[in-house]
Amino acid sequence: MPERALRGARNSHTFNPMQSAAQHVLIDGGADGTRLALSGQLTLAHIGPLEVALRAMEGPVRVVDLAGVEEIDTVGAYVVCRLARLHDSRITGASPEAGRLLAAVREIDKVGDNHPHRLPVWERVPTKLGEHVFHARSGIYGVVAFFGQILIGAGSLLRHPTRFPLKALVHQMELVGVSALPIIGLMSFLIGIVIAQQGSVQLEQFGAEALTVNLVGRITLRELGVLMTAIMVAGRSGSAFAAQLGTMKLTEEIDAMRTIGISPIEVLVIPRILAATFMMILLGFYASVVAIIGGAVVGQASLGINFVTFLLRIQEVVPTHDLWVGLIKAPVFGLIVALAGCYNGLQVRGNSEEVGRRTTMAVVSAIFAVIVLDAFFAVFFTEVGWG
Amino acid sequence: MRINAHPDDDSPAIVVEGLVNRFGDFTVHDGLDLTVRRGEILGVVGGSGSGKSVLMRSIIGLQTPAEGRIGVLGRNLRGEEGDEADRDVRARWGVLFQGGALFSTLSVGENVEVPIKQFYPDLDPAFRAEIARYKVMLTGLPEDAVQKYPAELSGGMKKRAGLARALALDPELLFLDEPTAGLDPIGAAKFDRLTRELQETLGLTVFLITHDLDTLYEICDRVAVIADKRIISVGTIPELIATGHPWIEEYFNGPRGRSAHDAHMQGEA
Repeated sequence: MPERALRGARNSHTFNPMQSAAQHVLIDGGADGTRLALSGQLTLAHIGPLEVALRAMEGPVRVVDLAGVEEIDTVGAYVVCRLARLHDSRITGASPEAGRLLAAVREIDKVGDNHPHRLPVWERVPTKLGEHVFHARSGIYGVVAFFGQILIGAGSLLRHPTRFPLKALVHQMELVGVSALPIIGLMSFLIGIVIAQQGSVQLEQFGAEALTVNLVGRITLRELGVLMTAIMVAGRSGSAFAAQLGTMKLTEEIDAMRTIGISPIEVLVIPRILAATFMMILLGFYASVVAIIGGAVVGQASLGINFVTFLLRIQEVVPTHDLWVGLIKAPVFGLIVALAGCYNGLQVRGNSEEVGRRTTMAVVSAIFAVIVLDAFFAVFFTEVGWG
Repeated sequence: MRINAHPDDDSPAIVVEGLVNRFGDFTVHDGLDLTVRRGEILGVVGGSGSGKSVLMRSIIGLQTPAEGRIGVLGRNLRGEEGDEADRDVRARWGVLFQGGALFSTLSVGENVEVPIKQFYPDLDPAFRAEIARYKVMLTGLPEDAVQKYPAELSGGMKKRAGLARALALDPELLFLDEPTAGLDPIGAAKFDRLTRELQETLGLTVFLITHDLDTLYEICDRVAVIADKRIISVGTIPELIATGHPWIEEYFNGPRGRSAHDAHMQGEA
């Protein structure tokens, strides 16, 4: 075949089975034994069908003839060598370059069938379950140990106040608090609108739409303002903590800190926890206020309650302890979100998939814990007479 | 019969003309020209931050240059020929990044399978896995490394696994970014020998960024020197030293350059 035609076929990578596919013919060579003549292109691009055919072929083959081969690569050489080893046959007709390639391939020991063996499903599932149970225990140890580390870190920062990472704290406060203002504001405003509008429709049936003010004021200050903010902070900042610390763990930044003698708990975890705890108070309050404004807008627009009157009524109908209920819960939620984020971030090991898994876990466990705790708080505050 | 990667003709493997790369106000390359011949191992040296990696990234299309023309294996790779043509060239080169850049969620074997699956999806999966195992062993890794994940490998093993992935498609052109950095001298020497062997048996063209003077002496056919934002000289090491450029002078005649040279001479004798 002329060289130019070959080059064309190769460079364009067009698959033309008539011309370029790898083929084989078995010839009875008499005294020499059976002779297998290979031809065409023994390259990764074209060898697929031939490989299947050769595997199914029955021997014995005494001679593998490569004289008709137009092109060969390492995969082709590998297939030829495998065939020759299987049938204990001789290889002929190889050009000098191909001979060198085949020699290089032959040096490699037999490539074994090295599939990782999978356990059958009835063994795999209990094994996995057992592993999970076992790891749950070490997970609890890990959480307790993490608390301990934070207490030790906080203690040593109290003893050496000059080491306090003030710059990191301010930076985290900006990230957690200030840059969350627009989205939390918008969310709370819309929630205020929905509560006022939906509440008024129901209350209207009892002729009590004036009580919409009580509904909006009490529910946002006591419950929704803080709860929704905590969920938003978990999604925004808890996930960021986990992903950032996890990536730092992967790139060995945290190990580098340790070797320099910097405690990652002191410089990374404590600023984040303080920032989230403190900013949650402000964000929770801000969210409640904006939700009340949202309610007041609905009052003005569709309930016939004047905007200013709405706000004045809030002062009259919402007891002060409702505000305290919200403000006491807020830092606790912030703490939980930050702890879950930092703990999961520092647990990352191995690869990038783990960062994603741990980030998800940080958000899910934080939101779950926040909602469970909120239920306890609700019962508790009612019992102590702040109903 | 031709070996897959053997040069089809005498046209250069890589042609870079008038390359300009800028990051903001900072100019990395200013009118850089370079030609890589088919079948040669070209070493690229230069001080830290002189733009060796940026040059490689420009050639393989990860960095869009501000100006200039880049031809790889006879194709102009500036998006003018469409994705199909680019894809075609990608099947014909392999890249080993500095840290190996293995996909961390896949085992070594699966890493090697990725390019094969991408370009030849019809191949029998069992055969594909077999090819991957064979490629991993070709780079001198033990067979049990195939199932390991990148996080379980040492730095040198990661490099070899990265090389196995780069070689998965039997490329004509191989890019190596500091392949021996971070390897012990024995491992580095083995890696050099492996590169040379592969280049000889497969007829590869190798574009090799390195700081390793031993590598330059042992396996490079020619060396290109990047300084002052362009390639100031290309040639064999004696030719480079003969230019008398102060940086080249310092590079090859410093204490490290001397000892690498002496070691090379002893090896020859």
